[in-house]
Amino acid sequence: MLAETLLVVRKDLRVEWRAKVALGQVAPLALLILVVLAFALDANSSLLELGAGGLYWVAVLYGGTLLIQRSFDVETDDGNMDAFRMSAIGAPSLFLGKSLALFVQIGLLELVLGSGIALLYNVRVTDWVLLFVAAVAGTVAFSVCGVLWGVMSAGLRVRATLLPLLLVPVLAPILLAGSRAFETALGVRADAGWTWASLMFVIAAIHTAIGLGAFGFLLEEG
Amino acid sequence: MTSTTRSNAKMTATPATRVLGVLAIAATALMAVLGLFISPADVIQGEAVRMLYLHVPSIWIAYGAFVLTSVSSILFLRARKRREDQGRHYDRLAGSAAEVGVVFTGITLITGMLWGKVTWGTYWQWDARLTTTILLFVTYLGYLALRRLPADPMVRSQRAAVMALISFINVPIVHYSVDWWRTLHQKASLSVGRRPEITGEMYWTLLYSTLAVTIVATWLMIHRYRVIRLEELRDEEALAALISSRLKNDDGSN
Repeated sequence: MLAETLLVVRKDLRVEWRAKVALGQVAPLALLILVVLAFALDANSSLLELGAGGLYWVAVLYGGTLLIQRSFDVETDDGNMDAFRMSAIGAPSLFLGKSLALFVQIGLLELVLGSGIALLYNVRVTDWVLLFVAAVAGTVAFSVCGVLWGVMSAGLRVRATLLPLLLVPVLAPILLAGSRAFETALGVRADAGWTWASLMFVIAAIHTAIGLGAFGFLLEEG
Repeated sequence: MTSTTRSNAKMTATPATRVLGVLAIAATALMAVLGLFISPADVIQGEAVRMLYLHVPSIWIAYGAFVLTSVSSILFLRARKRREDQGRHYDRLAGSAAEVGVVFTGITLITGMLWGKVTWGTYWQWDARLTTTILLFVTYLGYLALRRLPADPMVRSQRAAVMALISFINVPIVHYSVDWWRTLHQKASLSVGRRPEITGEMYWTLLYSTLAVTIVATWLMIHRYRVIRLEELRDEEALAALISSRLKNDDGSN
């Protein structure tokens, strides 16, 4: 299972490395979102510092949704899903492989956005460990939810609008928990940042369990 | 109307559902009388308490409908390869129950907002119960959107069934949100194993309202089930007509 999972990870990352959509298009767009959000708040530096955690996760939500969409578009456009169904790769391996590949891509996006937030919003980190753990927890949760809901809309004609509709309500608790944990790590809120980070791991664990069990049903073609 | 749909036209109106419909209207009328005139105003909430007789039963019905959606989805996933109709019956049941659930969640939100305006002075508070309820509402709207997509019916139904099971996680979160977090929303008025928060005429009116809303929901669900079946028949007939005309054209050209 591990070998199959790593095979899918390598395949997805190789496709992405050749196309360079994540770094070439999605990351600049997500940075642009940070700029536009600052305009919406009248570039008020104290407001931006206060809301930096939430604004960061909104940008991740936007950019991550595009990456999830793309992760399944490359499979369905050329009929790769049929190849997966006929191959010996099991559905759980495919689920884990795609989740891991997405984790790497969203992680890179977050590195770019983190640098953007630090420079544009002038934030100061007071708890680096919490910030790192919350970012990892959020990214894991985001990735497994994204793969589970991404396959739900894969291959359908209106997937571009359907995926955000299905995904955003599921990602909303992650956005909330990530924002609260980041606010604690950035020193703007004396709150239970570790509890919020743990909640994201719980969400990730639930969706991983569902994904491992249900991904096979979602791959079936009637 | 084509021949098949005409022969099945009775499907949305049998004598039994007509009786149920009349019963639903009568029950709703009596509920309005009890809730608006017989039941007294609350000492603290005043007249706003009357909203409770629609608000509380609505969310209970929504919970029940989402339970039915989940159970039907499990049965569909189990039956999709075994039964003659590939478990379509369970899929229709899941779809009709989810539609009713969404309608009643919407009613819960609207009545809750109106109650909030009178009691809290604002339509909306970012309270755990309100926030989780609106997420529940939007999640099931997404489920209904998935069900209506132009795709192979079995693929669509399988994905919808899995989505129904995942979406159900939200139901206990909504219900227990008032216990898990500090919220502005009051605790459950009635719950198993706990003394009711209300008594007397209010208590009985609330119980009766639950019965009345259940009858209305059942009536709606039966009709929605039949409409979904008719839509499937229409699609099957349109496909058969298309294949038949294609075969005729092919014969003509040969």
